[in-house]
Amino acid sequence: MNRDAVMSFLSSLVVLAAGLLIGFIVLLVSNASASWEAFRTILTFGFSGIRNVGDVLLGATPIIMTGLSVAFAFKTGLFNIGATGQFAFGGLTAILIGTNFEGMPNGLRVLFALVAATTAGALWGAVPGLLKAFRNVHEVISCIMTNYIGMFLVTFLIDRYAFNPAIGKSQALPEGSNLPTLGFERIFREEFLPGFFRVSRVNAGIVIAVVVAVIIYIILEKTTFGYELKACGFNKDAAKYAGISQNRNIVASMMISGALAGLGGALLYMSGTESMGASNVLLPYGFTGISVAFLGLNHPVGIIFSGSLVSYLFLGGARTQVMGFSIEVVEIVISVIIYFCAFVFLVKTFLGKHIGKLLRRKGERGDGA
Amino acid sequence: MRPFFYIFKGGNPLYIIEMRNITKSFPGIIANDDITLQLKKGEIHALLGENGAGKSTLMSVLFGLYYPEAGAIYKNGEPVQIQGPNDANRLGIGMVHQHFKLVHNFTVLENIVLGVETTRSGVLQMKEAREKVLALSKKYSFDIDIDKEVRHISVGMQQRVEILKMLYRENEILIFDEPTAVLTPQEIEALMQTMRDMAAEGKSILFITHKLDEIKQVADRCSVLRKGKMIGTINVAETTKEEMSEMMVGRKVLLSLDKEEASPGETIMSVRNLTQKGKAGEKDPLKKISFDVKAGEILCIAGIEGNGQTELVYALTGLKHIDGGQVTMEGVDITKAKIRKRTETGISHIPEDRHRHGLVLEYTLAQNTILQTYYKPTHQSMGFLKAREVIAYANRLIERFDIRAGEGADTPARAMSGGNQQKVILAREIDRDPKLLIAVQPTRGLDVGAIEYIHRQLLAQRDSGKAVLLVSLELEEVMNVSDRILVMYEGEIVADVNPKDVTFRELGLYMSGAKRMESGVAV
Ligand SMILES: Nc1ncnc2c1ncn2[C@@H]1O[C@H](COP(=O)(O)OP(=O)(O)OP(=O)(O)O)[C@@H](O)[C@H]1O
Ligand SMILES: [Mg+2]
Repeated sequence: MNRDAVMSFLSSLVVLAAGLLIGFIVLLVSNASASWEAFRTILTFGFSGIRNVGDVLLGATPIIMTGLSVAFAFKTGLFNIGATGQFAFGGLTAILIGTNFEGMPNGLRVLFALVAATTAGALWGAVPGLLKAFRNVHEVISCIMTNYIGMFLVTFLIDRYAFNPAIGKSQALPEGSNLPTLGFERIFREEFLPGFFRVSRVNAGIVIAVVVAVIIYIILEKTTFGYELKACGFNKDAAKYAGISQNRNIVASMMISGALAGLGGALLYMSGTESMGASNVLLPYGFTGISVAFLGLNHPVGIIFSGSLVSYLFLGGARTQVMGFSIEVVEIVISVIIYFCAFVFLVKTFLGKHIGKLLRRKGERGDGA
Repeated sequence: MRPFFYIFKGGNPLYIIEMRNITKSFPGIIANDDITLQLKKGEIHALLGENGAGKSTLMSVLFGLYYPEAGAIYKNGEPVQIQGPNDANRLGIGMVHQHFKLVHNFTVLENIVLGVETTRSGVLQMKEAREKVLALSKKYSFDIDIDKEVRHISVGMQQRVEILKMLYRENEILIFDEPTAVLTPQEIEALMQTMRDMAAEGKSILFITHKLDEIKQVADRCSVLRKGKMIGTINVAETTKEEMSEMMVGRKVLLSLDKEEASPGETIMSVRNLTQKGKAGEKDPLKKISFDVKAGEILCIAGIEGNGQTELVYALTGLKHIDGGQVTMEGVDITKAKIRKRTETGISHIPEDRHRHGLVLEYTLAQNTILQTYYKPTHQSMGFLKAREVIAYANRLIERFDIRAGEGADTPARAMSGGNQQKVILAREIDRDPKLLIAVQPTRGLDVGAIEYIHRQLLAQRDSGKAVLLVSLELEEVMNVSDRILVMYEGEIVADVNPKDVTFRELGLYMSGAKRMESGVAV
């Protein structure tokens, strides 16, 4: 463990603690008598029982993917707030393939859906990438537009090809189109009556997410491609001087970023837990991904943890509804906690400066000159 | 032996600032090791030392940017705590950093008052500020338009803004960290005068520079640091330049270079009618420039800053497209070639702005050494960087070029001293074994020992049959190192001379546009 890693970890803890504190105050204001109980639930529910642990991992899967998506673009100096649209596109592709193509063997169909969703996300991500590279359109603007275009397109296509009028959402995938559970159902379960189990739907998705995170880490840190991407992100003039093609890297980075989000969408809708709404709302996953990326300090391994943590809080938060907290309050509390995560870099810089000072330990890093 | 007054608990009231026994370390290095520095009121006190000796660190401690592990600071004999720049400011300490810290889309005036604005019921009161700034600017004959945005003014002017900032805050202890490194000779002259004026008024000045001439010109005393330790403080009037450089490096340094006659060979790069159109209403930066660079010669482009040198280099290296003309490298037309392609034809480029083009500050020293070669089989295989080889390569360069950094190859570039950052670029570009080395101000910010080394490297390149195109603003360097001099003035080449046949004065006339050669220029 080096100093930097310690600082990163510490600063993540600090912002989290601050967020929790304010979150608690919100609970207190909304319903003082139940607030402590609710707060405890948020903090402990995810670990109260092995099935909940499974659900934490299940919930973490899509936001780890969008977190990786945002972080990857960020390393190239791009702010991909289009992850939501890419995610929706990937999810839609997975649903369309999963509910059709009955002739295909199950395994092949799942694989096909994953690959196609990834590709769809990549293509949707390429749009702002190309616009930025060749027309100098700021990616934030074009991402917002692709988010909305994606949203309407998804609504339209679901409505047309995979609509289930009974729930007003997309049709459920046939069981054979879902991700394999890898025997997780025998681990992450709780016996609530003798012989009867509540089973978490956690599945191969989390494994895929972790593997992808590791691959992304390797790409960024070990390959010449990652070296180029980061050079563009850190200092585009120096990258240009070194003969690195800015445009190519912008497009490549946005495509990979989009691919990650698109795959995330597939992993979510192929879990057998969610249906896609056909009601013109932007999905929250892309935006949550921004917080997850920040909280994980844009580090792929950090994102595995921050994604799990955010999922953990969401699960506990949702649980407080049984104590009479409205879903809105729960959302506010979780959002407050996540918003605080945005301060993580600030805190890290601050800690870097002052902890060193306090402990009289060696070393700060500023402008050497 | 400690002087007698150390028996008192306070500092010595003789000195306006006394830094006593300061120790500050960074990972892997003690940047300031038990340093004591005493500044008298009204003096100009120079700080001299090799790259990485700890000068900027010591000044940053005084300005509150770093907190030392040991030592104390006294003002007029009273102990003071300096926890940050605000404390420093309150004590009347101001600093002009090596790399300026201005807000580029603010006007000069706004930059000056930033942080100490006067407001009345929440509304900004600029009128008084304006008058005060104008008065100050007039007093020091700064000739500056205070309503211009900072991004539209020259580096020399930006520095004046930084100085005005200190004056506006009525700082009485002024720190200048390598202020002359970015200035033209004329601007340096003006700055020296400003410093003398300020000292005459009772302000006390700490002045970091690598140029011994400047110390000779303005400083009263000079403190010398070496590898984080204080070597001693001397009276400038009683010391020669040679003695100062020996104190600083620990050995004798040859301040002049002796070199063999050049024997130019084949033409390496050939430039014909290079033209760059200016923006509407502006002059063309390059007007039909033509010249050849031959193997085995050091060709120098001299001129006052802003006469097209930057644009010329951008055009040759491909950083900017040109509007007309042709560039060939060993007969191959590279006028339209991409940067990577040009690099591959054997062009190395030591850029003018090391932070903008030369380095990725977030990368480590090792990562920066492969910026131009990371894709070569020596540094990667099948798309994976060879981590061990890269470190080994960086270590070789560190050894060969005497690069000093706390954590060796793993030091983040940002954490290196300015001169050592420059050495990383030099090492990378020279080690690539180029056919043509384009070096823009390669010794900017280097200490005398390092300059000597770099000049030798340039000569060695030449003697091994390489071509060197040196762009320099410093006449001394131009005259010492080059085999042939082209002078640029307003985007044209106005002279093509041999350094042996020309005097400093004559060169000056060409550079200022007062004189020009008519026929057969350059080709
Ligand atoms: N912020 C930092 N983090 C880590 N190391 C640093 C930092 N700043 C300086 N150092 C190290 O401390 C040493 C002294 O650096 P400093 O910048 O004070 O040198 P300097 O005398 O100003 O040199 P130069 O003439 O090259 O500007 C160097 O070895 C440098 O690598
Ligand atoms: Mg320095």
